[in-house]
Amino acid sequence: MRASNLKTRERSLNLARFVYADNAATTPVSRQVLDAMLPCFLEDWGNPSSLHEKGRDAKDILDDARARVAAVLGADASEIYFTSGGTESDNWAIRGAAMRLRAKGKNRIVTSKIEHHAVLHTCEALAKEGFEVVYVGVDEDGVVKLDELRASLNDKTAIVSIMYANNEVGTIQPVEEIGNIAHEFGALFHTDAVQAVGQVDIDLSKLPVDMLSLSGHKLHAPKGIGALYIRRGVVIGNLIEGGGQEKRKRGGTENLPYIVGLAKAMEIAKEKLKDLPRVAKMRDKLIEELTKIPYSKLNGHRTKRLPGNANIGFEFIEGESMLLWLDIAGVCASTGSACSSASLDPSHVLLAMGVPHERAHGSLRLSISHDTTDEDIDYIIETLPPIIEKLRNMSPLWEDVVKKEGARV
Amino acid sequence: MKYSEKVMDHFTNPRNVGEIENADGVGVVGNAKCGDIMKMYLKIDENDVIVDCKFKTFGCGAAIATSSMATELVKGHTVEEALKLTNSAVVEALEGLPPVKVHCSVLAEEAIKTAVADYYNKIGRPVDFEIEKAHDEE
Repeated sequence: MRASNLKTRERSLNLARFVYADNAATTPVSRQVLDAMLPCFLEDWGNPSSLHEKGRDAKDILDDARARVAAVLGADASEIYFTSGGTESDNWAIRGAAMRLRAKGKNRIVTSKIEHHAVLHTCEALAKEGFEVVYVGVDEDGVVKLDELRASLNDKTAIVSIMYANNEVGTIQPVEEIGNIAHEFGALFHTDAVQAVGQVDIDLSKLPVDMLSLSGHKLHAPKGIGALYIRRGVVIGNLIEGGGQEKRKRGGTENLPYIVGLAKAMEIAKEKLKDLPRVAKMRDKLIEELTKIPYSKLNGHRTKRLPGNANIGFEFIEGESMLLWLDIAGVCASTGSACSSASLDPSHVLLAMGVPHERAHGSLRLSISHDTTDEDIDYIIETLPPIIEKLRNMSPLWEDVVKKEGARV
Repeated sequence: MKYSEKVMDHFTNPRNVGEIENADGVGVVGNAKCGDIMKMYLKIDENDVIVDCKFKTFGCGAAIATSSMATELVKGHTVEEALKLTNSAVVEALEGLPPVKVHCSVLAEEAIKTAVADYYNKIGRPVDFEIEKAHDEE
């Protein structure tokens, strides 16, 4: 955390430390990003579609931002379309492709069981509209089963949509192989890279990806801005009709300050890719130390995982209780427990990986960033075990284990 | 989502956690699949008064807080009175629960009633009341 915010919070709550370990949920806007955005509110506030000077200036800034976003991804500026965020990009890519290709007799959509709800709910909506949707399974590490993917494809498949990296368990998918398989069957390949951009070096000039979704607020740009990359030559239908912006593909006056913020954030993220081994080292320490706690298990692939993601399941306790105690101790984290959502079912991702309900309820996701320090990691490692002990001591499930196996926390 | 101060008080400082050896009535409700299990222990004297009540709970903040509050509400009362404890009385005593957490209070009511039913069975008294289930599936 930035020092100023941190100090204020520590003072107000009298905490030993404040550790934000929920970067997969959202990130704070960085000072550099905000500084880059401010002139677009106060000086360069023109509408890029206007003919006059204010408009022309805005258009120049828009073109520049688009070129910079493209450069970070190894894409061409003409392939970047700005949207309101990851959810819109996912909706647009899948619905746009499905609607366009239905006219050509393609009515199948192939996705995975561990996608974000922006993808899953779009697919469910399209299924109600007559599309045939196939949900490919994953192995116990959360890696998409390629043989199952291949078996689910046919020449009637319009689009394959599989995420670059999972938001809950951090598993990175074999995107190149998935894209190649999709193309063998003449299907488009879309990937939701909302979690991956900034944590994985992505070069779209070398990957068989037709469309890629990204979001600003996961990489220190504001909420409400994102982009969809659409490879040149790929034509999809529109989601939002309007006044001809984004080459008539996405209506609505361009959100220039946020677009500039996104471009800045992506450049900084690219620059910081070289610092990722340090982040991964902190992640590994978290995983190593926290899985020493009895009856705990890492969720997700040990090595093919996002450098900032540690997801660990603790048996016999429930995730929300863990989060509440962590919050009291000044640690922000997340869980796949049902109790943190409106349903009684825990995370669909963990269930798809074959994690039993009981263990899925006790999962803890810690998502760290470049701003995380070694002291933060030590603090988490020191804070969590007593919380788990406290909750286990009042758990009837733990009582049974103690009686049966003489277990100790 | 935000819990009331009362809920956080009972979550962070739960009353009556533990087991009662040779309890007169024990009720275990909920299931691990749904993410909450409550186990209630009752110690009942010859006048049908609940002289002690303890619990163990696997569950979220609301599940722990409702368990704790339920033990407070029945302790010192007769089983007859305990059977009149409704989930809404538990919610009220906790100064409200988020709508998605109301089922936790139903679980607390279910746990008390199940423990009383166990007591009735033990002493050979007919179980003449219904128990509403918080979860459909077991």
